[in-house]
Amino acid sequence: MPMKSVRTAINEAIAQEMERDPNVIVLGEDVAGGQGSSNGPGSVGGVFGVTAGLYDRFGGERVIDTPISESAIIGTANGAALTGMRPVAEIMFVDFIGVCMDQVYNQAAKFRYMFGGKAKTPWVLRSMIGAGMRAGAQHSQTLHPLFTMIPGLKVVMPTNAYDAKGLLIEAIRDDDPVIFLESKTLYEQEADVPDEAYTIPFGEAEYVREGDDVTLVAMGGSILHAKAAAEALAQDGIECEIVDPRTTSPLDEETILESVENTGRLVIVDESPPRCSLASDIASIVADKGFKSLKAPVKKVTCPHTPVPFAPSLEDEFLPNASRIIAAAKSAVDYA
Amino acid sequence: MQLQMSRDDLIRAYRRMTAIRQFEERVEKEFALGNIPGFAHVYLGQEASGVGICHELTDDDWIGSTHRGHGHCLAKGCEIGPMMLEIMGKEGGLCNGKGGSMHIADFDKGMLGANAIVGGSPPIAVGAALTQKLKKTGNVSVAFSGDGASNQGTTFEAMNMAVVLEVPAIFVIEDNGYGEHTAASYAVGAPSIAERAASFGMPAETVDGTDFFAVRDAMLRALERGRSAEGPYTIVTECPRYLGHFVGDPQPYRSEQEIAEARARDGLVNFRARVTDAGLLSDEDLDQVDQEIAAEVETAVETGIAAPQPDVSALEADVYASAY
Repeated sequence: MPMKSVRTAINEAIAQEMERDPNVIVLGEDVAGGQGSSNGPGSVGGVFGVTAGLYDRFGGERVIDTPISESAIIGTANGAALTGMRPVAEIMFVDFIGVCMDQVYNQAAKFRYMFGGKAKTPWVLRSMIGAGMRAGAQHSQTLHPLFTMIPGLKVVMPTNAYDAKGLLIEAIRDDDPVIFLESKTLYEQEADVPDEAYTIPFGEAEYVREGDDVTLVAMGGSILHAKAAAEALAQDGIECEIVDPRTTSPLDEETILESVENTGRLVIVDESPPRCSLASDIASIVADKGFKSLKAPVKKVTCPHTPVPFAPSLEDEFLPNASRIIAAAKSAVDYA
Repeated sequence: MQLQMSRDDLIRAYRRMTAIRQFEERVEKEFALGNIPGFAHVYLGQEASGVGICHELTDDDWIGSTHRGHGHCLAKGCEIGPMMLEIMGKEGGLCNGKGGSMHIADFDKGMLGANAIVGGSPPIAVGAALTQKLKKTGNVSVAFSGDGASNQGTTFEAMNMAVVLEVPAIFVIEDNGYGEHTAASYAVGAPSIAERAASFGMPAETVDGTDFFAVRDAMLRALERGRSAEGPYTIVTECPRYLGHFVGDPQPYRSEQEIAEARARDGLVNFRARVTDAGLLSDEDLDQVDQEIAAEVETAVETGIAAPQPDVSALEADVYASAY
């Protein structure tokens, strides 16, 4: 199988679905790029190049550059999805969700329920998450808990290129609004990715690493920190089992509980603030349904209750880095 | 002024305006009696606007509506019985009782949904219009909103997006004089809502929203542009609200004289005078429609009161369309 980056895998998923289904369209800011410019459209392909080449291949009717108007982007995706299209809309950085949240949580998420099951809103909202790029407080957040708490939405956070392609194709074919969150620190990560289209079902976590001493549940960009910590801990004879939920809504509770039953110890690694988070959600699920398996208190390794700082020294400390994961895992193992 | 409509067409228009009038008057009454839960915002005084806009639309043209959406539903062809069931929160309602007054949709009739968020519909209508453009259907999408929503950023974004994407969206802004309890004369900063819409780069006009024929004429101009996919259009219809913001609003902010003046502008009386003076329909023809609608509304209310609320098993159904 050919090695491909997360960026390439996402691009390939969109292109293959556009090829397969004429109702799939892409819209967002600079998804083609260069509309109205002296060099013409298609020259950008997304601010990180994720949609590069799609304009040349599918044209401006299906790869639609929009004004910087997030409410209109998601509103347009809503109306188009309700009437038969399958829009893949891009909100460049997830931080921008604030200016269009109504169209996400009051509109798309609720249409089906409040219209008595008659509506379908099959769109994908792609957006970038994650700190670590010195982008400051308004271009660095990881906001999956915000979407996960809203009934009617599905939330996907791929951590590798194979999952990115399979989960995105699943998202495009799914009949519900799907929030697809891309960790910008993972775009260059490569994995074996089949050339042909394939899907990965939502709500199925993956064992990234097997081990019997501590379960690390890690999502999004945190997976890199969790892997580094697991390698270091193995040197000390502590074997971590890493579980990647892959989707936070639906959430594969069963696999998390199964792993905790095996290890008896749980460290949740998540790059969002600690309160009302996926980390606290998973901790409560395990406290409720896996209480007897626990040999030590559940530990959460998250960012602090602060905005994302700019200075490199502060941002590095802000992230749930390997040293903090190692300390948490050791405290769980050492718990009397 | 176009009175060149067939007899059937004129009856259809009057029937829909009358349906709205009688339906809303009955909603007011049943709400007071406790037969309608929650909030209700009625469309009294605006009948000619909704019916004039929807008269030439087909089930394949979409409309998006507002919190004051009963009239838009009826104007687009939704049936009185399932509407009343929905507003009463009963099984068999247009949304099986899960939507209520502010969330009625009827996709078979091209009704994309009432919307309880002021300014919610315009961006959605742009998306429906994008579908129509990409599929080359020759259909249009109408976003109903009010003078209040005309100040929302979502409306500005939607108007600009519609111009940029050249989609057949028609923005209908019903200026009923008030956004909740604050006058449009205070809250709309621009001297003209239509001029503000025109500044986005589309044709825009203002018409008397209590004159069915004037509204329909404006809509024919918008449709000429929309059906040939030339781009968006804005129509501002001026139609003062008879009642307050919600049913039960005592309107301490409006003088009796102002309310009397609003009620004197009656789209149904206007219509009747025009068609009878022109000898197109008789008072007897129109009276018969009044009686037929009255019977239909009576049946709808009786059926609604007798109908069961949804079984609790519906609580967790229909959150998702695909597996979850």
